[in-house]
Amino acid sequence: MAVMKFLRDKRTRRDLLTYALVIAVFAVVYVMQANHMIPRMIAGQLVPICAYVVMALSLNLVVGVAGDLSLGHAGFMSVGAYTGIVAAMGLSEVIPDDGLRLIVAMAVGAASAALAGFLVGIPVLRLSGDYLAIVTLAFGEIIKEIVTCLIVGVDERGLHVLFNLTGSLSVSDLNLAEGGIAIIKGAQGASGVSVISTFAAGFLLVMVTLVVVLNLVRSRTGRAIMAVRDNRIAAESVGISTTRYRMIAFVVSAALAGAAGALFGNGFSQLSATKFDFNTSILILVFVVLGGLGNMRGSMVAAIALTILPEALRQFSDYRMLVYAVVLILVMIISNNDTLKSAAHRVASRFASRRKEVGADA
Amino acid sequence: MSVFLQYLANGLTMGSVYAIIALGYTMVYGIAKMLNFAHGDVIMIGAYISFCVTSYLELPAIVSVLAAVAVCTALGILIEGLAYKPLRQAGPLAVLITAIGVSYFLQNAAQLIWGATPKNFTSIVSFPVPEGLRAYNVSAVGIVTVVACLVIMAGLMWFTGRTKMGKAMRACSEDKAAAQLMGINVNRTISMTFAIGSALAAIAGVLLCSYSPVLQPTTGSMPGIKAFTAAVFGGIGSIPGAFVGGILLGIIEAMAQAYISTSLANSIVFGVLIVVLLVKPAGLFGKYVPEKV
Amino acid sequence: MSYQNAFNPVLDRRSIIAGVAGLGAAGILAGCSGAGASGDSGAAAFKIGSMGPLTGPAASYGTSVTGGAELGCKDFSTDELPLVFKAEDDVADGEKAVNAFNSLADWGMQALVGPTTTGCSLAVAQEAESAHLFMITPSATAPDVTDGKTVVFRACYNDPAIGVHSAEWLAKNFPDEKIATFHNAGDTYSAGVHDAFLQKSEELKLDIVDKETFKDDSATSFTNQLTKAKSAGATLIFAPIYYTPASVMLTNAHDMGYDVKVMGCDGMDGILGVEGFDAALAEGLYLMTPFSADDPKNASFVSAYKEAYGELPDQFAADAYDSVHAIALALAEAGLSPDADPAEVADALPEAMTKVKVEGLTGTLTWNDRGEVEKETTVYVIQDGKYVLA
Repeated sequence: MAVMKFLRDKRTRRDLLTYALVIAVFAVVYVMQANHMIPRMIAGQLVPICAYVVMALSLNLVVGVAGDLSLGHAGFMSVGAYTGIVAAMGLSEVIPDDGLRLIVAMAVGAASAALAGFLVGIPVLRLSGDYLAIVTLAFGEIIKEIVTCLIVGVDERGLHVLFNLTGSLSVSDLNLAEGGIAIIKGAQGASGVSVISTFAAGFLLVMVTLVVVLNLVRSRTGRAIMAVRDNRIAAESVGISTTRYRMIAFVVSAALAGAAGALFGNGFSQLSATKFDFNTSILILVFVVLGGLGNMRGSMVAAIALTILPEALRQFSDYRMLVYAVVLILVMIISNNDTLKSAAHRVASRFASRRKEVGADA
Repeated sequence: MSVFLQYLANGLTMGSVYAIIALGYTMVYGIAKMLNFAHGDVIMIGAYISFCVTSYLELPAIVSVLAAVAVCTALGILIEGLAYKPLRQAGPLAVLITAIGVSYFLQNAAQLIWGATPKNFTSIVSFPVPEGLRAYNVSAVGIVTVVACLVIMAGLMWFTGRTKMGKAMRACSEDKAAAQLMGINVNRTISMTFAIGSALAAIAGVLLCSYSPVLQPTTGSMPGIKAFTAAVFGGIGSIPGAFVGGILLGIIEAMAQAYISTSLANSIVFGVLIVVLLVKPAGLFGKYVPEKV
Repeated sequence: MSYQNAFNPVLDRRSIIAGVAGLGAAGILAGCSGAGASGDSGAAAFKIGSMGPLTGPAASYGTSVTGGAELGCKDFSTDELPLVFKAEDDVADGEKAVNAFNSLADWGMQALVGPTTTGCSLAVAQEAESAHLFMITPSATAPDVTDGKTVVFRACYNDPAIGVHSAEWLAKNFPDEKIATFHNAGDTYSAGVHDAFLQKSEELKLDIVDKETFKDDSATSFTNQLTKAKSAGATLIFAPIYYTPASVMLTNAHDMGYDVKVMGCDGMDGILGVEGFDAALAEGLYLMTPFSADDPKNASFVSAYKEAYGELPDQFAADAYDSVHAIALALAEAGLSPDADPAEVADALPEAMTKVKVEGLTGTLTWNDRGEVEKETTVYVIQDGKYVLA
């Protein structure tokens, strides 16, 4: 049984259990979907849910593992979404197979978001704390505005890109040849996108993300990143380059967000640039915080629950966001207030001890 | 040149509004050390109160401002007591998410109470402006806003520098534990800070909507974020910093819209913020505190 | 600073479970107390769904569309063909719109009157086409919404038509004015009309002296843009924008002392209903819109709408009402029963739609086989707070 020795490690067991749970959930949902047992409302959300799960996992890498509060994560999703859409639409002739094209689109989205993450990271990672938060927020908004100025089209001569600085240019200024298509129309976003994202592809991306994130966290690099989080000065004094390790976490996170963006963008026939605003960044941060910092399984559960719940509460219409706000505040207070927390623990431990007594009797 | 001065007048007016909001932000941050994302929504509530008093009760403008200030002050104390006080010992992220929760709550509550349909806010100030000034886009609201902003800043400087309560606030912002040992009631001081910040938000709300008349539940969000940027820009926690940051931000925004691009105006504002933070990591007037072991 | 230390996980597993359970409990509560949508009667009735932003900054447009459609379902419901109605909120967001569409499809919707905004309609039209479910949008103007789709119709003009008609009207009535255009670069409708208008006005040799834009997150003050237009010498502003920003623009222009003619399109209809807006500022405003609440022939609709929702209906509501009207006529034309399968409806309605003629609130409406409506254009001018034919 020497081969199975690695199973004795508690962390490895936990990671494997995480993979197993994700695969099991996917298998169950996939079979149910194939048999039309899932209402359309949920079925239509499967792709966005996968994208949000990846977003939450990747943001958890920056916020939970590296300890840098980022309020602009949606910006990288946006970069990935638009480059992914352009790649998918532009290559529709070259790669006719939808699945393959989606994978290429996600790779392109990841690469461009990684580049954006690196460029943003250079100035941003010189700061920390609230300043870092506000600068990432600023970058998120800047990325959003730059995307709203882009006009992109493709025809047989290749890709045409215009930067609409004054707002007076339009698609006709691209001078597309006959049969060319406009992909991104400035602030109106992308429209006429052929929907190629599937639940299976989403699952694949979630698995890849999990493998990347969990292995990174358990690696030497991951330990260095956490050391920087826990005590920057101590980490520096033992020769760990703080900027380098924070940058690794930031860029990997941006790349995964880019891939999630490409998955999301190719899942809808229309996508406006304002989709990836500050509120979306906050939404993802809420997934991470509610799921628990550094807790990848928690991030996934929170992303799934908080994406489905507002939709499931539709009949509640006007009040649902109010309830969402109240619950958010209450959960934060209850889980962070020492008095309430110890009260909860007392109740819990009383139950636990009673159970133990029962166990002893039997 | 005359067109340039017109843009400058526009920028100065909007900048003064940002400055008033930023002053509130900076007070709260200086003491509670938290990003109060709900501040922008208190502005919106203040504007709605003023709107209701003038439009439905048909009372004079000054009454509406007082009512807005009273309601927002109470609201500020209430929010602090219910949502933030239980989190005094918690990490900053929990407080941040709670603040965002409060912001969502206020926006959605406003929508339930006043409806989602935007209202057109009638300016609360109107007096004839001399023709010579009017040619440069100087409006009655503009004059009142700039004056109000200066008065508020001077008042706050005096308050934090000279009064007992103000000194207690400064003590709390330096070191809460030490302040407590010196007999300062920290909880009351923080409550008081929220009250002042929210009262300023109410005034800012009325002036903001007098200048740009759309009033809807999301009215406060963007000005809130921009004013926060202004506060960081000037050095968060610093009163003159918030004032200078706000004014500069308004002028940069107006000039960017006028001479570069309307579409990228926000980006330019945020870009300048990033450059400032890189050169002076604590903002223009902020105090840089090096990290110690 | 101890920021980093404070980042230690604040939540343990128990509190996550507590939190999720809390959210779940809220959901159950919500489910119990939430009022059901209007008319979920057991008997076979034709199910019409509608959607638009009912919350958020664009909510006023969505409430108009769903209000108009709901009223239409009441008025055109007959014993042979009872109509039931359900509206969903899409927050003017493509992703939420697709969710709303799926939720309505789960309810058993047989035809959709919506979505309200163009962006959502683009996303939903694709879903409707692949689900083979008939939809008619009362207010989405982008040509792409109906392009290449068999089951997607439209009850309003599309962008190019509005832009072209506006340019032609200006060339005929105000050939000598110096024109500034003002549009929302972040809005598909506004940008679409603007582009078409520019193309046509080049052809017609209109004197365009300035082009100004804004975006939704800066739609609170237009003083800088107006200053530019004024210094460029513009005497007329063509503004294909919605009525909320239009009310800001008119207020700003007044405050600046900038006396300028303004022409808007159908999206500006509703400006007189903006609460707190000084209607005197809208005097002399030109509007190209198919609907006038002051027209005596629309009086009964206007009073019914006012009674039901407490405000004056605008063209969004009127177009939605006409859309339901068209569906009711087309259902009768195709001889469909109320319990027809949605796919059956989608098979038969497109053909039937091209045969019906609706004498509606927004004129006489007929449809071609591409799903586009044909109706006359009218330009109104506001005089003494009333729409008068210009």
